[in-house]
Amino acid sequence: MTTDKHDASVYEEIQRSAEFQDLKRRFRRWTFPMTAAFLVWYLLYVVLSGWARDFMGIKLFGNINVALVFGLLQFVSTFAIAWAYSRHAEKHLDPIADKLRHEVEEKIQ
Amino acid sequence: MKSETLATILFLTFVALTLVITFWASRQTKTAADYYAGGRSFTGVQNGLAIGGDYMSAASFLGIAGIIALSGYDGFLYSIGFLVAWLVALLLVAELMRNSGKFTMADVLAFRMSPRPVRTAAGVSTITVSIFYLLAQMVGAGALVGLLLGITSPSGKAWTIVGVGALMIVYVVFGGMKGTTWVQIVKAVLLMTGAALITILVLAHYGFNLSSLLGDAATQSGKNGNFLIPGLKYGTEAQGLAGKIDLISLGLALVLGTAGLPHILIRFYTVPTAKDARKSVLWGIGIIGVFYLLTLVLGFGAAALVGSKAIAASDKAGNTAAPLLAKAIGETFLGSAGGTILLALIGAVAFATILAVVAGLTLASSSSFSHDLYAHVFRRGNATEREEVLVARVSAFVIGAVAIGLGILAQGQNVAFLVALAFAVAASGNLPAILYSLFWKRFNTAGAVSAIYGGLISALLLVIFSPVVSGSETALFKTAHFNWFPLSNPGIISIPLGFLFGYLGTVLSKEYNAAKYAEIEVRSLTGVGAEKATEH
Repeated sequence: MTTDKHDASVYEEIQRSAEFQDLKRRFRRWTFPMTAAFLVWYLLYVVLSGWARDFMGIKLFGNINVALVFGLLQFVSTFAIAWAYSRHAEKHLDPIADKLRHEVEEKIQ
Repeated sequence: MKSETLATILFLTFVALTLVITFWASRQTKTAADYYAGGRSFTGVQNGLAIGGDYMSAASFLGIAGIIALSGYDGFLYSIGFLVAWLVALLLVAELMRNSGKFTMADVLAFRMSPRPVRTAAGVSTITVSIFYLLAQMVGAGALVGLLLGITSPSGKAWTIVGVGALMIVYVVFGGMKGTTWVQIVKAVLLMTGAALITILVLAHYGFNLSSLLGDAATQSGKNGNFLIPGLKYGTEAQGLAGKIDLISLGLALVLGTAGLPHILIRFYTVPTAKDARKSVLWGIGIIGVFYLLTLVLGFGAAALVGSKAIAASDKAGNTAAPLLAKAIGETFLGSAGGTILLALIGAVAFATILAVVAGLTLASSSSFSHDLYAHVFRRGNATEREEVLVARVSAFVIGAVAIGLGILAQGQNVAFLVALAFAVAASGNLPAILYSLFWKRFNTAGAVSAIYGGLISALLLVIFSPVVSGSETALFKTAHFNWFPLSNPGIISIPLGFLFGYLGTVLSKEYNAAKYAEIEVRSLTGVGAEKATEH
């Protein structure tokens, strides 16, 4: 994809627009803290697996112990975050992104 | 009929089916976008299945079930890292890459940089990561045939590697991304079906009571409660502090490596839009997550019904746990014929798994060689589309041939560490470069080149001087001692180093292109100018 001067200035113009800044903020405000959160949650699990084995071995019901429940919760949180992200993107990101895309494509042509 | 014969017949059926698909795909493949990205016309669901197909390697199917069967809970720890990793891909990488790239990882990295040095670095890293991964799979294939198809002689194993390699070359050279993707889809469906079937039978045997299955597994293993908590394999108490830090290091490489694996990244280009890329990762997460839950039951089921001793006697690494379980559970429900059929089924599925994964890796490395190194570095962007696709096909053939040769030479060597190394290099070199490219305004050529080489070289060096290469019972060189780095996994050092090199390279160079950053930022978030699906 080649880009001439004219296109480049269109991109800079869009980048400065309030609408694009809003899109960028909505994207980053959701994904950056969420990434930090699931990484910390995962590392907590790994650290407890290394250093808190007595705790992990506590039986909750039958032979189901804390380690197993903690591990399964990692699955639950992964599924939940993936689902929540797709909801967030569909509701709060896609409409703005689609609108901006149409605008830019008109300007470039 | 013997189980090996039946397994061979089932496997040959799979081969015949996939060859028909490849032939069909080759007639549909005309342009570079067809060859590299399957015409970008797969649906989110199809690509989601293919993501599962690419990702669920024999190492994660037979390997994780085996680790759980022999060392209990620790195998589960491994699969959780593999799964959570997909959130990094979903939240930060998949859609933005689909919007701003074309065929390879380097397309995104080179977007606002000086293309030749960045594409060279990205190409070197892509090929290195893919070949490590590929080699581990090829050696694994040789070891598995002995166990699954009853081929035990060294020459028999060598011929099997040649066969697997030849099929993989045919898929990639003729079918391109379209053929390879369909092979992944068929394999993913087979693998999920096979694993689900065995899981349901195991659970039914225990009256769908997970607690009694776990209790039985713990008793049979002879390790009782310790079998159900972490610590029998990774970071054991005997290894002390180094072992526990090694565990964290492994966890980091697993969770950050996936979003930097080239054969996974090029999957995002096979769908028409970023929304489809998002949808395909969502499906991928669902499939992969369910699959790891199944392997949990398979692993503990094998420990309970086959017994850790019998599994370890068959294969020291436990790779035959899932097939042995299939045989045992089949016999329980359906008599000896049932055992034969299920064992054959799982054997054939394991082969389909290996074949699909090696094809994905060969495609990723040959695409990068042709698109990045040949077309952009060597020919400076002046290669025609026809020429580029021809070079991609020739390099797929050459890479396949090299993998066959190395796979035969490395027979019987313990090369399982190569998979962990591939993840570490991907997390240390590729991921920092990708994230900086997408999110950091100031990032530049020097930064990209130093992140990739810095991460790659530090991960490699640390592994060379680690206990997996020398100075331990399981090392490549058991008698030599140059293992001054105490950890088997370099991630905890090399990942921060990769990010640091990327940062230093950037701030020490004055280059900075505001206009191009505006373009990649707008394009990646809005999809302006994103590559379109081709029409047929």
